[in-house]
Amino acid sequence: MDAVVISRLLTAMTLGFHIIFATIGVGIPLMFAIAEFIGIKKNNPMYIAMAKRWSKGYTITVAVGVVTGTIIGLQLSLLWPSFMQLGGQVIALPLFMETFAFFFEAIFLSIYLYTWDRFKGKWTHFLINLPVIIGGTFSAFFITSVNSFMNTPSGFDFINGKLMNIDPIAAMFNASFGVRAFHVISTAFMTAAFILASIAAYRLIKNKFIDDKEYHKKALKLTMTVGLIASLLAMLAGDLSAKFLHQEQPEKLAAMEWHFESESKADLVLFGLVDEDKQEVKGAIKIPGALSFLSDSNFNTEVKGLNEFKKDETPPLIIHYFFDLMVFFGVYCFVVSALFIALKWFKKWSQFSKPILYLAVLTGPLAMFAIEFGWFLAEMGRQPWILRGYLKVAQAATHADGLSLVFIAFAILYLILGISSSYVLIRMFSHSKATDDVNKIIDRKGEV
Amino acid sequence: MDYQYIGITVLWLFLYSYIIIGAIDFGAGFFAFHAKLTKQDHIINNLISRYLNPVWEVTNVFFVFFFVGIVGFFPDSAYYFGSTLLIPGSVALILLSIRGSFYAFENYGQDSKLSWLFLYGATGLLIPASFSTILTIAEGGYITETSKGVHLEWLDLLLSPYAWSVVFLAIISVLYISSGFLTYYANKAKDTEAYHLLRQWFLIWAVPMIIICQFVFLSLRQHNEDHFNNAVGSFWWLFGLSVVFFIIAVALIYFKKAHGLAFIMILLQFGTAFFGYGLSKLPYLLDPFINIDKAVVNDQMALSLVIVFILGLLLLVPSLILLLRLFIFDADYVKGKKK
Repeated sequence: MDAVVISRLLTAMTLGFHIIFATIGVGIPLMFAIAEFIGIKKNNPMYIAMAKRWSKGYTITVAVGVVTGTIIGLQLSLLWPSFMQLGGQVIALPLFMETFAFFFEAIFLSIYLYTWDRFKGKWTHFLINLPVIIGGTFSAFFITSVNSFMNTPSGFDFINGKLMNIDPIAAMFNASFGVRAFHVISTAFMTAAFILASIAAYRLIKNKFIDDKEYHKKALKLTMTVGLIASLLAMLAGDLSAKFLHQEQPEKLAAMEWHFESESKADLVLFGLVDEDKQEVKGAIKIPGALSFLSDSNFNTEVKGLNEFKKDETPPLIIHYFFDLMVFFGVYCFVVSALFIALKWFKKWSQFSKPILYLAVLTGPLAMFAIEFGWFLAEMGRQPWILRGYLKVAQAATHADGLSLVFIAFAILYLILGISSSYVLIRMFSHSKATDDVNKIIDRKGEV
Repeated sequence: MDYQYIGITVLWLFLYSYIIIGAIDFGAGFFAFHAKLTKQDHIINNLISRYLNPVWEVTNVFFVFFFVGIVGFFPDSAYYFGSTLLIPGSVALILLSIRGSFYAFENYGQDSKLSWLFLYGATGLLIPASFSTILTIAEGGYITETSKGVHLEWLDLLLSPYAWSVVFLAIISVLYISSGFLTYYANKAKDTEAYHLLRQWFLIWAVPMIIICQFVFLSLRQHNEDHFNNAVGSFWWLFGLSVVFFIIAVALIYFKKAHGLAFIMILLQFGTAFFGYGLSKLPYLLDPFINIDKAVVNDQMALSLVIVFILGLLLLVPSLILLLRLFIFDADYVKGKKK
């Protein structure tokens, strides 16, 4: 296979693996901060135990997140040296700031994990959460800025194949940065909440330790509430993204929706099959005018079609499915959490009846799939460019030997890391009773 | 303004910091594994994990900081090093990943496995070896540029006495620095058994360390004479100081005196040698392709990087001091009285 294809596959594989842990990494600290807050506020050791257990599991995911993040950081230069040479003139600033944010988070996470019993005031330990959340969120901000720059480059003049007259701030706050950062952060919080909700729901179904029921019910309520709020924000961010694409990256929007001819009252296409040559869509559900409405809140808005762009500068049409699946899974999580919360007011049905729990178990994995598909959509949606409008992917790949070997080595590595981290996490919690942790906290309080 | 000199000084400082705290970490992993094999683990494992648990993640950031910084300040390095380091870089990354994650699995997970400890211990020595290869390549002579791009001459690298002497120096230095620090830490923890074991290790590694340094110098003369002449001609005093610090460090530990000072001597010993090496290498980051006077990022970006760097340090230094005060310099924590 040729170097460009392998480089793309390797980058996709590394990022695809990394974002699982990165998303958890950004979202979970917020969750254990909330649990600790409620625990202190209500003086309820159950929530403190929750924060402790979540942060304990987090140590495993954060380790894999850190190492895979290091990999992608270096792989950028190893696989796309020409891009980094060109883009390095501009993206250095957000990359550098990302490292600072990460540094900040790492320091305070270490402190957080090892000082549960260190401080006299209950709130002191809680406060350490704040730099952890700020560090994690900002590192997501800055890295999204780098990626946004690749989608909507700005803040420089392109002279003789070089980026000149650079304005670092304009480059960092490029057109797509705001909406994308909002989308990344809200979906990370959403996914983290639903993953924890899945675990709680699973535990309630299995009902292995009867004492733990109360604990898992509390956990499910908390995570579903946060999940509902975050998924509302995520949907708002998604809506803003569609409007943004209409303005700034119309070719991505057109490919996403198999929208060939420019027209007003454009249909939104759900699923279906496309015949690329004949430009025909079969078996799809079409919602008349919805695409125009999504793009500009007006059914009469004209949406640019694919035929207005050069054939070799449009993204692959497969991104349509990624878009559909992302939206579908996201909406599923929203509906389940809304249903769960709504049931609180209906006496007839319990929030914790089996069917609801089964629905809840699916939210975590589906939210994570939505994240993956969303990134597939975002990244394949700017093909064939690596720096949209300036440098094509094909011109940027490395010429080094041994690429296939490296690809295989990393594939094995991710397989091992994926399996062993799941194994460790399952072992960590499958035999451990939450009630024991709660009692430990109560005992320790007695001593003081 | 000469941003490139600010940039390279900052980066070199970070690389130096990474080498020191990385070495402590890598060596500790190896010692932990070795102790387990020789059934001495009950002596030192508590000590090592008390130090490592809170800091391992921070160690990794120093490394990330360095490579993000070098690409930021000198984008050409992304092209030349990126094009040539695919294999050695990937090997280092894979080792680093195995080590980082299995460390977490071993320490935070439910059960401990010898094979995990092995992965963790063995990679601790292989990582410095693979990193040192990158320093060797930076010396020049292993890269050719053709119309298709730049390529690494593998065979030359593998057959080079210079490359191998650097690899051995890296591994032995790791064991030397690590045992030096842990000796100090054990002494502070009043952990007599661990202290004797580590002190013994430190004294064992001191001798080969100083011998291999001479080999590196001699083979550098063969490999890159300009660099060697520059080092010996202009910066001999730094290397001389390094030897003086080495002698003081070994003497202090041999006579069981002032262990904190001894570790500072080790820091100075490596600091002077490392900066002597770096200074004598300039202006080339990669001889002859990357000259820092020509490869530096454009002025606007360099200025903003320097500003961000200063702001970042204002945030980081107090946080790092807090971390150190809570764990490394907290006598009760070190002794294991606090969890």
